[in-house]
Amino acid sequence: MEQQDKNRGLRKRIGYLRVFFIFLIAIILFKAWHMQIIKGKYYRKLAENNRVRSVTVPPLRGIIYDRNREVMAKNTASFNLGLVLADIKDLELTLNKLAPITGLSLDEMREIIEENKNPDPFSPLILKGDISMQEVALIESSRWFLPGVQVVVEGRREYPHMKSAAHLLGYVGEISKSQLKEPEFASDPPGRIIGQYGIEKTYDKLLRGSMGRKNIEVDATGRERRELNTIEPVTGDSIILSVDLRLQKMAEDALGEKRGAVVVMETGTGEILALASNPAFDPNILSKRLSRKVWQTIVSDPDYPLNNRAIQGTYPPGSVFKIVMSAGGLEEGLIDGRARIPCSGGMRFGNRVFRDWKPEGHGSVDLYKAIVESCDVYFYQLGSRMGVDTIEKYASLFGLGSITGIDLPSEKKGLVPSTQWKQAARKERWYPGETLSVAIGQGYMSVTPLQQAVMVNTVANSGIVVRPRILKGIIPEDTRRIFEFPPVEIRKTGIHEDTLKLIKEALKGVVYNPGGTGGAARSSLTTIAGKTGTAQAVGRKFQANPGRFNDHAWFAAFAPVDKPEITVAVLVEHGGHGGSVAAPVARKIIEEYVKNAE
Amino acid sequence: MLNKSTIALFDWKTFTIIVVIMLVGLTTIFSATYTSTPENVTPLYIKQIGWIFIGLFFLLIGSTIDYQTIARYAYHFYALSFILLIIVMVAGRSGFGAQRWIAIGGFSFQPSELAKLATAFAISRYFSDYPARHGYNVKELIVPGVLISIPVLLVLKQPDLGTGMVITFVSVVLIFLVRIRSRLLGIMTLLILMTFPFIWHIFWENLKEYQKTRLLVFIDPSSDPTGTGYHIIQSKIAIGSGGFSGKGILQSTQSQLNFLPARHTDFVFSVFAEEWGFIGIAVLLLLYLLLITWGVDVAIKAKDRLGMLMACSVVTFFTFYCVINIGMTLGVLPVVGIPLPLMSYGGTSMTTTLFSLGILFNIRKKRFLFH
Repeated sequence: MEQQDKNRGLRKRIGYLRVFFIFLIAIILFKAWHMQIIKGKYYRKLAENNRVRSVTVPPLRGIIYDRNREVMAKNTASFNLGLVLADIKDLELTLNKLAPITGLSLDEMREIIEENKNPDPFSPLILKGDISMQEVALIESSRWFLPGVQVVVEGRREYPHMKSAAHLLGYVGEISKSQLKEPEFASDPPGRIIGQYGIEKTYDKLLRGSMGRKNIEVDATGRERRELNTIEPVTGDSIILSVDLRLQKMAEDALGEKRGAVVVMETGTGEILALASNPAFDPNILSKRLSRKVWQTIVSDPDYPLNNRAIQGTYPPGSVFKIVMSAGGLEEGLIDGRARIPCSGGMRFGNRVFRDWKPEGHGSVDLYKAIVESCDVYFYQLGSRMGVDTIEKYASLFGLGSITGIDLPSEKKGLVPSTQWKQAARKERWYPGETLSVAIGQGYMSVTPLQQAVMVNTVANSGIVVRPRILKGIIPEDTRRIFEFPPVEIRKTGIHEDTLKLIKEALKGVVYNPGGTGGAARSSLTTIAGKTGTAQAVGRKFQANPGRFNDHAWFAAFAPVDKPEITVAVLVEHGGHGGSVAAPVARKIIEEYVKNAE
Repeated sequence: MLNKSTIALFDWKTFTIIVVIMLVGLTTIFSATYTSTPENVTPLYIKQIGWIFIGLFFLLIGSTIDYQTIARYAYHFYALSFILLIIVMVAGRSGFGAQRWIAIGGFSFQPSELAKLATAFAISRYFSDYPARHGYNVKELIVPGVLISIPVLLVLKQPDLGTGMVITFVSVVLIFLVRIRSRLLGIMTLLILMTFPFIWHIFWENLKEYQKTRLLVFIDPSSDPTGTGYHIIQSKIAIGSGGFSGKGILQSTQSQLNFLPARHTDFVFSVFAEEWGFIGIAVLLLLYLLLITWGVDVAIKAKDRLGMLMACSVVTFFTFYCVINIGMTLGVLPVVGIPLPLMSYGGTSMTTTLFSLGILFNIRKKRFLFH
């Protein structure tokens, strides 16, 4: 008992210890209650976010066929090296390990990551596109040491005919930052592949399909454990183009190395059979993930290979414009088929002499001869009588000066001058001498090869202007029932049948009359009617590139003359004479068409 | 040793509580390592069963050897642990940036575990040998002060912040229990307050980089959500998402999908909390509390001053380990790498814990004998 007394104080204090311990355990229990009961929902959501990852599954793009169901654009699997930044603990370490596999330097990789940073850290950022199977194997085998590094399999766009129809098909590419801000792409994730040029862009909505979404359960290293639920992506609709690939290739071959453009249309419907622009590019390269460097070299190429000269190049129409002049003159009653004028190689107007291309002159000239031999003096006179505003009226009637409405992006409308235009654009009055330049398709006039084709086509098509178009039909992914479009007629020009007959006769003479400028287009397979043009290229371009002062060569034609089926416009930049350079190109294409039709 | 009275006086009720807690731990280890155990490898829960049996053997030893015998050799144990701490400093095996382990035969062993008991028992013996009715003065506290400082400094040097802290806490508790002069208490408080910035500076400068980040991250886990803060955040998510009734065994996403680090050792409580929910935690904490209050009772009712102090050190160690470990998983205390007694996977922790609990059994038994 004595001992107990001695230790009574200690015992009492140990009793306090018990209270202290109970208090500590109570605090723990309180904290657990607060976390599990009060904030349980919040933490459960965090746990779900940890575990469940929602990833987008890109759809396959629709296939693009030519009119004979030849595949022009399809999808192939490509393997890409992707980084899921959220799963990478030590980026520098990972990049160091990836350097020998990818062959990219650390700085290059850092730059790519900086450029392509995605607001969603769980979506893979593509570090290197189109990696080889060897690289795939290396990455897959070291997955355990490279958390957050993935091989991302994607459908890559492939254009089996390489440069063929490049401008027409266009290419695809990652949606850009500025495009993401547009309402059309508001619901699209960054990095989505969309059409960026050509048909791929125009019909992107049809082709692209809709995104799928996959919820997966992942572990702490981001590895997929199982799929929870999936919304399947919907493949885009396939489309059939009016293009005939054989003709397209023929057109490209006929152009060869020459810079320029070719437009081939079906006369009655306006369906584009071929649309070539040279130099071209390989859309396969542009549809890959491009480094800034490669892109820069393409964009800064002095030959502008990305420029679709057929719809974006504007050139003076040259003598081809005499078709419009003739139609206008006849319709206005200013000329008829019989009246003749003398041509001595030039015409004085005011204090200036306007020269004919043939210095010795054409002698006595009527409309037929004026067109066949392309007499300038005849049209100087007609022009001065018509006045620029009447010329403008007929040029517009034939579709010049406004876009043709072809289903390709960024079409240029060219320029058809008028007194009103000059007043508004140049703050200057119109000088009558300028009308003479316009009358032979020079001066302020500028047209695209496509407009030139539409204009000639109108003559061949009984004066009806049609809208050129490339989309022939849609194969919807769900029904697979082909839907075809009827041709679109823009307007009837109201040009009289007699007028057209006179012009057509003369255009045939251009090719078949011994004095015709287009003799090089003569074919044994069919009858061809056409008009040559040689457009002066002197001016701004001349000063910039003194070596390229040659004139642009034009030839616009249709065949067969009696019942036209095909219309062709050829432009060769700085090619020289239309009759010698452009006409043979048109002939080759028409002959190929005739051969295929048989 | 194992006569009838020993068995009759053995506290089977408390023993059952210990076994139940160990079984809960075993189940949790089974669940925590279920997906991450490769084939052909002995699962950790099987190994833990082995540790439990070895630990129970140590409990038997602790409860059979007279605690007065242990106290008689307290200074020897203390010297031995000092030597081992020096050895581990010179030739120890390191893991996770700290040098804590000694390999003996095929086993690894942490001398700091021995040092912690040896220190507590040495000062218990000292305070028991030299009782001071009205509290101790400065001169009388020099010896225990040195006894505490040496192992604490050596352990901190390893560095093992957690063990060093717990040894200090337990020693402070013991000093308060035996009472010091009130004037001394005042002077000491003043001294500590005055020198605190200086001591803190030395303390902070001597921390390794990972320890600094751990402490900083404890203050603000979101400052480093993928590094050290990751452990705290993931543990809190695991516990919180357990909710009222838990997700069920093997259903814990945080654990099964590897989001939780060290989930069979230091964070075993998080796995348990995620799978069993608040109900599970309440029952588990009740079991721990029963064990702790039983230990305090043993101390209060101990036969002599030595028994009281030794029992107090054992139960205080046990409680602080529980509180610091669980507090760490809840994110209210910094991550210092302290296991949860009886539940975390590991041989050293299991054997020392059960051995020290055995001593409690022994102290309890002694009050019925010799009276």
